[in-house]
Amino acid sequence: MSSCMIQREVVVKNRAGLHTRPAASLVKLAAKFKSDFFIDKDGFEINGKSIIGVMTLAAEQGSKLALRFTGEDEEQAATAVCELIERGFDEA
Amino acid sequence: MSTKADSAAREEVVLKGIPASQGIAIGPVFLIHKMDPVIEERSILPEEVGREISRLEQAIARSHKELRKILDFAEKKLSDDKIKIFEAQLMILEDSVLFDSIYGRIRNELKNAEFVVHDEIGKYHRVMLASKDEYTRERAHDVEDVRNRILRNLQEQKLISRLEGSSVIVSYNLTAADALILSRNEVLGYATDIGGVTSHTALVSRALKIPAVVGLRNVSHVVHDADRVILDGYAGRLILNPSAESIKRYEAKRERYHEFEARLAGLRDLPAETLDGRRVDLSANVEFEQELEFIKIQGADGIGLYRSEYLLVGKEVFPSEEEQFEHYKVLAETMYPKRVIIRTFDVGGDKVMMEPVREGNPFLGWRGIRVMLDKPDIFIEQLRAILRASTKKNVSVMFPMISTIEEVRHAKKFLEEAKHQLRNEGVPYDPRIKVGVMIEVPSAAVMAEDMAEEVTFLSVGTNDLIQYLLAVDRGNDIVSDLYQEFHPAVIRFLRRIVERGKKKNAWVGMCGEMAGDPLATILLLGLGLDEFSVVPNVLPEIKKIIRSVKYKEAQRITKRVLTMQTAGEVRTYLKKVMKKKFPDIPID
Repeated sequence: MSSCMIQREVVVKNRAGLHTRPAASLVKLAAKFKSDFFIDKDGFEINGKSIIGVMTLAAEQGSKLALRFTGEDEEQAATAVCELIERGFDEA
Repeated sequence: MSTKADSAAREEVVLKGIPASQGIAIGPVFLIHKMDPVIEERSILPEEVGREISRLEQAIARSHKELRKILDFAEKKLSDDKIKIFEAQLMILEDSVLFDSIYGRIRNELKNAEFVVHDEIGKYHRVMLASKDEYTRERAHDVEDVRNRILRNLQEQKLISRLEGSSVIVSYNLTAADALILSRNEVLGYATDIGGVTSHTALVSRALKIPAVVGLRNVSHVVHDADRVILDGYAGRLILNPSAESIKRYEAKRERYHEFEARLAGLRDLPAETLDGRRVDLSANVEFEQELEFIKIQGADGIGLYRSEYLLVGKEVFPSEEEQFEHYKVLAETMYPKRVIIRTFDVGGDKVMMEPVREGNPFLGWRGIRVMLDKPDIFIEQLRAILRASTKKNVSVMFPMISTIEEVRHAKKFLEEAKHQLRNEGVPYDPRIKVGVMIEVPSAAVMAEDMAEEVTFLSVGTNDLIQYLLAVDRGNDIVSDLYQEFHPAVIRFLRRIVERGKKKNAWVGMCGEMAGDPLATILLLGLGLDEFSVVPNVLPEIKKIIRSVKYKEAQRITKRVLTMQTAGEVRTYLKKVMKKKFPDIPID
């Protein structure tokens, strides 16, 4: 295991928060990368590649999330995931 | 065996629930047991791991196939929002992180698949159920549904989707998937223990036009398979072991509704006018666009209450201005030139809430206009959408749950702001759009005269007004007897609202349930009400009553009622009047 690990903090911006559709886009995007991806909300951590896990987070608008990426493409994964959340999941 | 004698001896039992979808069903019960599956914890040998895992793989594949089928079927029958429920369930079935950990636990802990599936998914289910987010708690049911589907397939139980003959389905609860699958058979009606008007059962049954009563509490324990029942989707009742007389009565009721529909050709285009020429507006309360056709057939003078919060059902966010505009435009255009009163989102209380708030007493809490005034962006978006739909000048806007004059002024300011924005953008709207308030809080009723100075019309919401005036929660069985429409205080209060409102030239209507109670029609007419807005199915009946009396006579009857001191006296008297004048309208 490399000592490398990327941690990012993001705030959920879109109105719906991490409800079904945003959760699905997040999980689908994360699946494209080899790196492991975990999300921590208020000390509760789930695997960001698991839809049931992300649903469990109940992350509403304004929630702070700590993201953790580990793996060979962690840099790219972190950038892509953070961008998606920043863009508010491209919600109208 | 004397089953016949037994059932003849069985007493008729009436269960009260919430009417979720209109219609009357008479037939045998088909009971669906939806209890938590019984899961045995069993240790397996290392050499059995392979078999256990392949068993689980097969169960997942079968569940996947079932859900795909349901989704295909749903796509044909239901709207986008409801389809999402099934999409989410399919995604869970495809969650490789989840199933990798389940396979891992079977290998490491050497436990049977049923136990591990139940335990592992149960962890997520529990976290979701405990969430403060209402949306997440709702989704917990979807998670449970998927889990039970896998477990059922593991235990190789057959899906109950084929019924023998036509039946009334009785269950603790039905998921949207159950209701939909079952509807492919001859389902006469649905009755469930839990659920409200916005539950999956209610939404699906309305879409499928099958009578349904939900919230019957313990109906699934009280009835047995093949018991005979009557399901009254108008009044929200289930009658178990109905007597021959009840069956006859309900067959007549069903017949009467059918007949009314047929007879309407004659009544439909006639005004709601008394014999001596007093004309009132008889309009309809509407929740869904699908009802528009029906209310036109029913001969409504317009929509007296469009409950815009129904646009929020099954939604994760408030719909955009554009999306709302599309809906409001359909209402305005379909009903043109008749009037459409759009009530701004009435969230909270027992109604849809878009965000989690735990309140000790939601009925006295953050609801109706109080929520919207705290959410200017959303409120303005809605007002803009309403204004944009008002170009034909037949749209009015109404604010719910008003308790102070400041709220009315504040809400009107937002309306002006919305107009201002549209004007600057060059977007057309009706600059003279009429504004009204709901009178459902006693303080607003007391201030009726002042309210009337602020707006064009007042519309009395009796359900809440009576609850607040009499301090009775009608959903509370212990005290619900005290919820009395005909309480003299209610009637005297109504007189005051009508008198004071009209004094300031506002017109006064009523959109609460009382407006659609045939026993109250003459009384309300006599009080001087200008508009009745009722559930569409009672419209012809109310019109018939209005057209058969003189206003003078109604006033005389009302005057007498106003001297009475108990609800019992009022009811007895009105029943007598009705029996004499309308022997063919059965009054409960």
